[in-house]
Amino acid sequence: MARHRDIRNLDYEDEYDGYDDVYGHSVDDDYYISPSNRQFIYNRETSRDSRFEHADDIQEVDEVDELTDIQKAKLNSCMHEIKNTLGTVTISKANLVGLILKYQFNIELVVNAILEDPQFETNDETIKNRGASLTRPSVVDPVPTFVGKVVTSTTTNVVKGFNLPSRDAKLPPKVLELTNKDLTHRVNSTPNAQSPSSGRGQSPASDRVTPECSEGEEKVGRPDLKVDAEAVYKKERGLGKEHLYMVVIGHVDAGKSTLMGRLLCELGQVNKKTMHKYEQESKKVGKQSFMYAWVLDEAGEERNRGITMDVGRHSFETKNKEITILDAPGHKDFIPNMISGAAQADVGLLVVDATKGEFETGFDLGGQTREHALLVKSLGVNQLTVVINKLDTVSWSKDRFDEIVQKLKSFLRQAGFKENNVNFVPCSGLTGQNLIQPPTENEILEWYDGPCLIEAIDKFTSPARPVIKPFRFSVNDIFKGTGSGFCVEGRIETGLINIGDKVMICPSKDQSAVKTIMIDDASKRIAFAGDQATLTLSGLEIQNVSIGNILCDVHYPIPVSNKFEARILVFSVAIPITKGYSVILHHQSLAEQAVITKLISQLNKSSGEVEKKHPRYLRKNSNAIVEITVSKPIALELFSECKELGRVMLRVAGTTIAAGLITRIISAN
Amino acid sequence: MKLVHRDIDKGQGAVTLVPEEPEDMWHAYNLIAEGDSVKSSTIRKVQIESATGSSTSSRVRTTLTITVETIDFDTQACMLRLKGRNIEENQHVKMGAYHTLDLELNRKFSLRKVEWDSIALERIEQACDPTKSADVAAVIMQEGLAHVCLITSSMTLIRAKIDVTIPRKRKGLVQQHEKGLAKFYEQVMQAILRHVNFDVVKCVLVASPGFVRDQFFDYMLQAAVKTDNKLLLDNKTKFMLVHASSGFKHSLKEVLQDAAVMSKICDTKAASEVKALQQFYAVLQAEPAKAFYGKGHVQRANEAQAIESLLISDRLFRCDDVKQRKEYVALVDAVREAGGEVRMFSSMHLSGEQLEQLTGIAAILRFPMPELEEEEEDEAEQE
Repeated sequence: MARHRDIRNLDYEDEYDGYDDVYGHSVDDDYYISPSNRQFIYNRETSRDSRFEHADDIQEVDEVDELTDIQKAKLNSCMHEIKNTLGTVTISKANLVGLILKYQFNIELVVNAILEDPQFETNDETIKNRGASLTRPSVVDPVPTFVGKVVTSTTTNVVKGFNLPSRDAKLPPKVLELTNKDLTHRVNSTPNAQSPSSGRGQSPASDRVTPECSEGEEKVGRPDLKVDAEAVYKKERGLGKEHLYMVVIGHVDAGKSTLMGRLLCELGQVNKKTMHKYEQESKKVGKQSFMYAWVLDEAGEERNRGITMDVGRHSFETKNKEITILDAPGHKDFIPNMISGAAQADVGLLVVDATKGEFETGFDLGGQTREHALLVKSLGVNQLTVVINKLDTVSWSKDRFDEIVQKLKSFLRQAGFKENNVNFVPCSGLTGQNLIQPPTENEILEWYDGPCLIEAIDKFTSPARPVIKPFRFSVNDIFKGTGSGFCVEGRIETGLINIGDKVMICPSKDQSAVKTIMIDDASKRIAFAGDQATLTLSGLEIQNVSIGNILCDVHYPIPVSNKFEARILVFSVAIPITKGYSVILHHQSLAEQAVITKLISQLNKSSGEVEKKHPRYLRKNSNAIVEITVSKPIALELFSECKELGRVMLRVAGTTIAAGLITRIISAN
Repeated sequence: MKLVHRDIDKGQGAVTLVPEEPEDMWHAYNLIAEGDSVKSSTIRKVQIESATGSSTSSRVRTTLTITVETIDFDTQACMLRLKGRNIEENQHVKMGAYHTLDLELNRKFSLRKVEWDSIALERIEQACDPTKSADVAAVIMQEGLAHVCLITSSMTLIRAKIDVTIPRKRKGLVQQHEKGLAKFYEQVMQAILRHVNFDVVKCVLVASPGFVRDQFFDYMLQAAVKTDNKLLLDNKTKFMLVHASSGFKHSLKEVLQDAAVMSKICDTKAASEVKALQQFYAVLQAEPAKAFYGKGHVQRANEAQAIESLLISDRLFRCDDVKQRKEYVALVDAVREAGGEVRMFSSMHLSGEQLEQLTGIAAILRFPMPELEEEEEDEAEQE
């Protein structure tokens, strides 16, 4: 299309009055992208660019000595990009500014100049290079549509495919490749930045300014993967708030979603309009008490039935922490969903219903309070805050509170929670007492002066993030994103990932490349262990990935097998476990049919010594080593090597019968 | 299966049978052992050399008798294929020539055994039992995973497995989840239409955790109304929604234990097997000294005449080792003689599969035998 238009003679003003009708250029491309995300979002025009690889740079020649606002913004953005592009090169700001101005904001040239000579002496060749890029292409034909826009905006330059000078070869190949890719990526996104009207075009550039730019010394490590993963992590995350993932668990109808919905409202995470809408709508279907739960229960089915079915997700900030809540379903049938949620959590929030009779049903055998608590403990959640909810229904009775605390304390101790890792908070989700502010009701003030819920949450300590280990990512969800490729969502168990990294999908062992990384709907260049990230994968069909797959580092692939030995702890089971027992194996988000093929030995619960070899059966509360055969190969790790991926859960007929740690992987042959 | 002719005397002789439905092939498979001779009509390609030396080949239908060397059973197509040497020469086929017989429905075959044991005779009886139990179709599903199976009295056949990934609900992307779900339901519905013959099937069980079954049923009816699918609308009453804990195949066990299902499908073998195995586990939990599995333990319990009920997989009788089969037959006979109950599990059922994992043989005893527990199970180590 573009090449058939007479670009030189276009009357741009006319043309772009109604720019919406430009072919293949969605309105969304211009409007709905937040400026800070823009550079990471797939740009439709990028793919078109690849056809014009030989297209030369288009330089704006009119140079102004005094910097306009636009130029300042551009300068900042250039510096930021250069900083990100270059490795550990140290350069003073003054020098950098000089170089940028000298090369007229041409990032490529500046980078070249810096790379070529650490003393920043200008090199003849670069100047030549620059000269070449300054010459406007005499032939206009291969210029794509957006050139029109470029010309209208006065100050930005566009660089398309280019070749790095060979001198750069002294850089390690990986860095070089990344640099190159990075530049292309960023630069290609420029046309979008100058979205049609020049006025809009300016703002994104200035938005990219980051506070670090004002520092005298510019030094940002382009992550060199293995060596300084930890350093990079500290650098990127050290200053900000710690990010915690908190799973909310408890018996069905304990009020988990409502409590969380209310909390989010109080924190101002949900705008009033939406809340009003929920209130009206829930009133309409006669479920007004569910209005807060609707914040997290979004699917129609969930709202109609008034129960959470899949893990709801929302994030908020406390004084010192950034918390993402995973609102798990409490209903027995949805425990598989709850497991996949809890597998991604760092800490837990156990909600119990204080209403007479309700707590007992939830806590007694068959209730989910026990099962959930045991599950999260076995899934590696060590810190738990217990919320005694709905205390308003028992008129904030201290006796009731104490009674429940007493019962839960002894149970949680048995389950293996350390006493100082468990806190108890009384509150009421629906009325919002003691959520983010100290309680106001006199009845509770009489006896309670502990922290409110948000303070208790703030007190959680975040676990160590194993960033130095090889990259592992468990897939929790697969969906079509915008643009090409598809997205996988899940948790980075260990290691870190950069945009452009290659990953291997196990057990299928297909390879793919990471195109974008999103955390909480914000684009990131890098993500670390513990993050819940959405990765866009390219070079792979969506059918080839399924939930429960593990993405891993191509150089350090994860073992794949369908047979392994595990040390299991049997929970209370109605019938004993024998060999040949078929179970459903939960491993992170994966649920797969499996058979316990051998009972190898029964262990003493406390000492871990072998009590009996080849036991005939395992009864409840026993400890044993068994061999498990899964119906098809899965990706797994020894518990000793990777705690996150070395845990399994065994379930039968809707109850969890055992939790296990993988002790030996038996190769498939 | 129809028994046309029976001539068995003192454990020797032959029977003539006519298989009438696919399941009869399964019975035949369990009946025929290596070394038996089978006579049946078959098609054979015959080459005829004319006087001038040119040869033409033609396919002729002829009746052959072979001694069986290998037996092949295709569970999906319910085909039984017997390979062996010809032992009765005729004009087309020489003595000792190899031939593979495909047993066909509604075509009689005669089977001669050197020795008919009680198990084999019982099998004939069972196969020819005219009281038919209901054929049941079952759909076990959870979000993104469904199995469509047919349950006959001695077989559970997985006809279709649907495994798709459904995007989870997420902020502002609920449609993708719902679209994925609708697509999944559509696939399940198509599988039902393709694999379930509503003329034969008395009942279709739709089992799932949560509300998947209700949602699916609603979807199916709506779709049937939309496309004016008479078949589904007419058979609406045959569908039965029950609870299952997951969409994996072994959840079928739970479904068959469901009281409502039990009453509807009466006593299929599948359901009674599940019950028996469950009972074994219950005893093992309550009184471990009264429940044993593994050949060694069971045989010693038998020696003490302690066996109240014996659970045994029919696979054990299909083994090619004649001596081993004899051992098992002797065990079954002994238990019966001592007044015990013997339950033969079909290895095509889920419970049978599980029993097979459990060495294929298990017993509930009349009285506890704690001394057996002391002994190490050697067989476990052999595996």
